[in-house]
Amino acid sequence: MQLETFLQRSAERWPDKTALVCGHRRMTYAEYEAATNRLAYGLIECGVARGDRVAVMLDNSLEAAISVFAVLKAGAAFMMVNATTKAEKLHYLLNHSGAAALVASSRRLSPMEDALRDTPELRTLVLVPTDRPSAVPTDKQTVGFEDLLDRNRWCLEAPPRRAIDVDLASVMYTSGSTGVPKGVMLTHQNMVTSSTTLTSYFGNTPGDVILNALPLSFNYGLYHVLMAAQFGGTLVIERSLAYPESVLKKIVDEGVTALPVVPSMLAILLQTSLERHDLSRLRYVTNTGAALPCEHIARFRSLLPHVTLHSMYGLTECKRVCALPPEELDRRPDSVGIPLPNQEICLVDEQDRPVPRGEVGQLVVRGSNVMRGYWRMPEETDRVLRPGPIQGERVFYTGDLFRQDGDGFLYFVGRVDDVIKSRGEKVSPREVENALHNHPAVAEAAVIGVPDELLGQAVKAFVVLKPGTELNARDLRRHCARQLEDYMVPQFIEFRDRLERTEHGKIDRRQLEGLLV
Amino acid sequence: MQDSRNKIRTFVRENFLFGGDDELHDGDSFLEMGIVDSTGVLELVAFLEDQWGLTIDDSELVPENLDSVDNLVGFLERKLPATVC
Repeated sequence: MQLETFLQRSAERWPDKTALVCGHRRMTYAEYEAATNRLAYGLIECGVARGDRVAVMLDNSLEAAISVFAVLKAGAAFMMVNATTKAEKLHYLLNHSGAAALVASSRRLSPMEDALRDTPELRTLVLVPTDRPSAVPTDKQTVGFEDLLDRNRWCLEAPPRRAIDVDLASVMYTSGSTGVPKGVMLTHQNMVTSSTTLTSYFGNTPGDVILNALPLSFNYGLYHVLMAAQFGGTLVIERSLAYPESVLKKIVDEGVTALPVVPSMLAILLQTSLERHDLSRLRYVTNTGAALPCEHIARFRSLLPHVTLHSMYGLTECKRVCALPPEELDRRPDSVGIPLPNQEICLVDEQDRPVPRGEVGQLVVRGSNVMRGYWRMPEETDRVLRPGPIQGERVFYTGDLFRQDGDGFLYFVGRVDDVIKSRGEKVSPREVENALHNHPAVAEAAVIGVPDELLGQAVKAFVVLKPGTELNARDLRRHCARQLEDYMVPQFIEFRDRLERTEHGKIDRRQLEGLLV
Repeated sequence: MQDSRNKIRTFVRENFLFGGDDELHDGDSFLEMGIVDSTGVLELVAFLEDQWGLTIDDSELVPENLDSVDNLVGFLERKLPATVC
């Protein structure tokens, strides 16, 4: 099955049902299906061909959800790009993926002219709204999102089907230990499997209304677009949780039944006057990114006793891996649970031998949710996808270290490499260090992850300044914010006179980590 | 009120635009500009409370009050006795 079938089937069965809500805008399934068909024709008309990548760099919006399915219907693979991505990184992503088209907001794009220069494979910019940024290189054609829809308003059906289920549906970039982002290749089959596993695990029905405030560029946020379309539910898209009171009002007004969060979002909600709102329709909350602090679980339970709380864990490379059955939450609050149906896991040591229960090992995942590899990176791919039990099969070495208790429940311990896991997203210390080094006053910098109750790990930078320079943490954070996505900006910066080196002359990270204990 | 407006503009420019010269109109939504997240909202609230000695209730933390320079000025006008502005 292809992913876009989710939407097509729901539109046939419930054409008049509300599919999407964002701000004051609403869309029925018939309108959603029609918009994706028109945009798909528009993309094809712009030269997007089967197997192409189309980058989608939009804030959470109706246009972002429409783009996902339109790209698929054009036979291409979508590539969600965080809307806060800066020019240099965007340039890398566009060139590395060889994206044929970019759907982006004209406002975000206008200060980013550099990102679009020397991107020979990128031919088309689809802009929301339509006004053309001043400095688009002349080798690109620019079209308005709305214009494409309007121009194709007579196209009622989807374009003839072009992709099959082993084709790529998505290339999602994620950070790696080398500091060079890697494109996770996911087929239609991978994504249909993951979505089906989750919707059946949660027992979703068309009566469910999901409110998603996670970025749609984050794989966990994106999946709610797919899942809602699969079970014919309503997806309420919020841009962020910056205004929790407004989001709570939305939960009440729209009769929201499902709320996916990361721990920092739940912390924000727990600080509001939850009891002032009638949240009786809310059925479940899912948490990912890090285990929830025990006192938050307790407070959540006392305020919302009727709401089920699911703790989960996963990576972009294989979507969700495990979930904690809600009835286990009191006994094992810091566990991320047991494997979801239809996948297997194993913890192995450095010699690839299974470790006994209780000991720490690298998590290996086997199942049809496992990615095809990293886009245009065969060596990186071979490092993490290694032979499995069946000839020709490959299983995924996550790089995440876990421990299993006597009953098989999993506990996150850390990483085999230096990668930081913050808010469930991978942060490459190298990428952050590069940004720090770009500051003229910075002589040396080392970045590590430190335990954080809400983020899982927080990003901490140790910085040595050049002699005679002055710089405070606030200004250095601002400097980073100009170059990095929001979630990569260090939460903590500590200035030091020097950084210890190992005998090989590298900055001694272990020593820095040791300082924290 | 012009004074308050200027103070707000300066605060937003220094704290959310990082002093950069990005264009910001008084009617622009901070959320849509992507310049304010949940921490940013708390910083805004702390700024209003410090500068004008206000007490801001949770229920007032809505975009209608805080999500643009114009909205902030309007919110201040409603919260403050006319003489203070």
